[in-house]
Amino acid sequence: MEWYLPLIWAALIGTAVFMYVLLDGFDLGIGILFPTARTESERDQMTRTIAPYWDGNETWLVLGGAGLFVAFPKAYSIIMPAFYLPVIVMLLSLVFRGVAFEFRHVSYSKTGWNIAFNVGSTLASFCQGVILGGLIQGVAVRDGAFSGGSFDWATPFAFLCGLSLIAGYALLGVTWLAMKTEGPVAQRARGQAKVLLLAVLVCMAAVSLWTPLSQSRIADRWFTLPNFYFLWPVPLVTALTAYLAWRWIENGREVPPFLATMALFLLGFLGLVISNFPYLVPPSLTVWDTAAAPASQIFMLLGTLLLLPIILGYVAFIYWLFRGKVREGESYH
Amino acid sequence: MDFDPVLLARLQFAFTIVFHIIFPSFTIGLSAYLATLGAIWLRTGNDRYHHLMQFWTRIFAVSFAMGVVSGIVLSYQFGTNWSRFSVVVGNVVGPLIGYEVLSAFFLEATFLGVLLFGFNRVPPWLYVLSAAIVAVGTAVSAFWILSANSWMQTPTGHQMSGGVAHPADWLAIVFNPSFPYRFAHMLNAAYLTTGFVVLAVGARYIVAGRHLEEGRTMLRMAIGLTAILAPLQLFIGDQHGLNTLQHQPIKIAAMEAHWDGSKPGDFHIFAWPDEVTGVNRFELSIPKAASLVLTHRMNGLFPGLNSVPASDRPPVKTVFFAFRIMLAIGFFMIASALFGAFLWWRGTLFETRWYLRVMSHCWWLGFVAVIAGWVVTESGRQPWVAQGILRTADATSPVPSATIAGTLALFVLAYGVVFWFGIYYINRLIAQGPHKPSAEPVPFSPSPISAAQDAGREAMQR
Repeated sequence: MEWYLPLIWAALIGTAVFMYVLLDGFDLGIGILFPTARTESERDQMTRTIAPYWDGNETWLVLGGAGLFVAFPKAYSIIMPAFYLPVIVMLLSLVFRGVAFEFRHVSYSKTGWNIAFNVGSTLASFCQGVILGGLIQGVAVRDGAFSGGSFDWATPFAFLCGLSLIAGYALLGVTWLAMKTEGPVAQRARGQAKVLLLAVLVCMAAVSLWTPLSQSRIADRWFTLPNFYFLWPVPLVTALTAYLAWRWIENGREVPPFLATMALFLLGFLGLVISNFPYLVPPSLTVWDTAAAPASQIFMLLGTLLLLPIILGYVAFIYWLFRGKVREGESYH
Repeated sequence: MDFDPVLLARLQFAFTIVFHIIFPSFTIGLSAYLATLGAIWLRTGNDRYHHLMQFWTRIFAVSFAMGVVSGIVLSYQFGTNWSRFSVVVGNVVGPLIGYEVLSAFFLEATFLGVLLFGFNRVPPWLYVLSAAIVAVGTAVSAFWILSANSWMQTPTGHQMSGGVAHPADWLAIVFNPSFPYRFAHMLNAAYLTTGFVVLAVGARYIVAGRHLEEGRTMLRMAIGLTAILAPLQLFIGDQHGLNTLQHQPIKIAAMEAHWDGSKPGDFHIFAWPDEVTGVNRFELSIPKAASLVLTHRMNGLFPGLNSVPASDRPPVKTVFFAFRIMLAIGFFMIASALFGAFLWWRGTLFETRWYLRVMSHCWWLGFVAVIAGWVVTESGRQPWVAQGILRTADATSPVPSATIAGTLALFVLAYGVVFWFGIYYINRLIAQGPHKPSAEPVPFSPSPISAAQDAGREAMQR
């Protein structure tokens, strides 16, 4: 049991983070795309598609952070100081992004909060990518504590990951808009989807090549036998998904491109897990090294098994409740 | 720069958490008020309550957004600023915060969506129920976070091994000795805070001669609530104090600026505690009053600050003055709420303009009292972050001063902008006042219940 518990928790936190990336991904994506809207009523229409959900979507980020604190306090205590600046800039960006939803609704002039919404969303996405990239590159640890400097994360690779995540979230955003809106916003989203899909594929390829080239442990994971026999389908399925996404976008389909984008994210996430498992703080600490006391993990696991299905139930309910397309000119509250 | 990183980390955390607590103090109570208005609307079919609910929902939306975004910051700051804290007490405190996320945050966030955007999509009962669920969610959130905080004040149910706290008895951890008192005190404080905001807004409308009907309803509801809760808060606070005396006597000694434990304690209405010499200057005191309150005997003794070395004392001035601010506001609240109830009973509440004019400026009372109370309990715990387990100075992260100072400046700047605009927009929403019946179709007809059900069903199918 003591051997399995950290694995179960790693899977749960992985799920929470992935849920966050998918769900807040299209929210942030809409923020990234905000400047491409032509009129204020188009921007209203765009935010209207996510207004009932964004708060719940962002809660997955809290669950990811709190989950790490609960289940792997040692990892939490190393990762947070290591990424101090990007974490705090991300949080402040999310502050501006979050209040912009309500503020631009009650403000007479929306321009300032439109900018806050766009910059906040973009910067938060970039920081998340930077944190991810920095984590892949590894964190300096001595005596169970972070031992590096405040800017260790600032590398070209981390910046590439930051830009990649912006492209990825933007793709989630446009495919969401293509599905949830009508009129000019939906039409423009379909045009943008193609460009963004290409950008995302270039980014995925660059990150996938750069990672094994710079990290020998990751190269060993993928390119040694017998691992290679099991792992070669991952890039193949990714390529196939990308091809299908392209076709569906070209054919003007509404739902499938969004699903395909989510699948691309899932595959990218799978690639990360394969590259780094069982390290939670690469390259030194594994899920077992950083696990909380088994009594704490069990206590929280019981609550999670009870509450998570209920949460998923009412989250599904609210997505169902606000189903259908949002038209231009519909009221906010 | 050679600022003390511990001091900077504390400043940053104090700033972000004080900013945050302003919004829960308001939204915990306001969501309950929304649910109450909705329930009365459903029962009576009186549209005034519906308009009031819509009006306060607009204000709730702005406040809640600020509370959510500033709360997320805190869940990460345990790691960014207090990484040793996370390691040493993470096994115990972590799951309490985890339960808060799972049992409260998702609930609030999701049903807030229904409350803000679902009016035309759900039947009225579900719309009102969503407000109630949000209210319950905020209270459940308070339950868990106060349990975690109380454990840091009065830790029980754990064992130390290898310098790290391990859980031994979860019931003893969750329901640690100070938790019931702190939870009751804070929840009541949140309802009182909202009560005084509603009271102030109602008074403002009547003084201005606008929205008279809504203003009167707000005033009656707020006075009815605060006239009960404000005196109750005195009783809860007293009990909380007795509990603190039992478990954290030095915090009480600091609250009373009581140095010499061999003599009965006076209650100092004012004093300037001198922490170097260990005496009070400029004392204005009620003799033995502190002993009477705390021990229920005129000559009862309780520990003084001198009983522990200076390194184990909290910052006396901070605790002492913050406690006085809280007390003063508390007594003013009791007096003004009871006087309002008296005027209501006499039938002159809406005509006593000087009272209404004063009350219309009192919206901030609860917020300041809540912040002062938290300063008392958090500063009073110093030098410990988890009483007896971990000192604050040993709880920090390996992050250089300059980095913390830089982000502190960012926080001040960002929160300053957000707060200024937030207050400005809320004030403008209040100035606009409750709207008259809107032009859009309202899927609810008050009298025949079947018609309401039909409208609701139609709304569900849409």
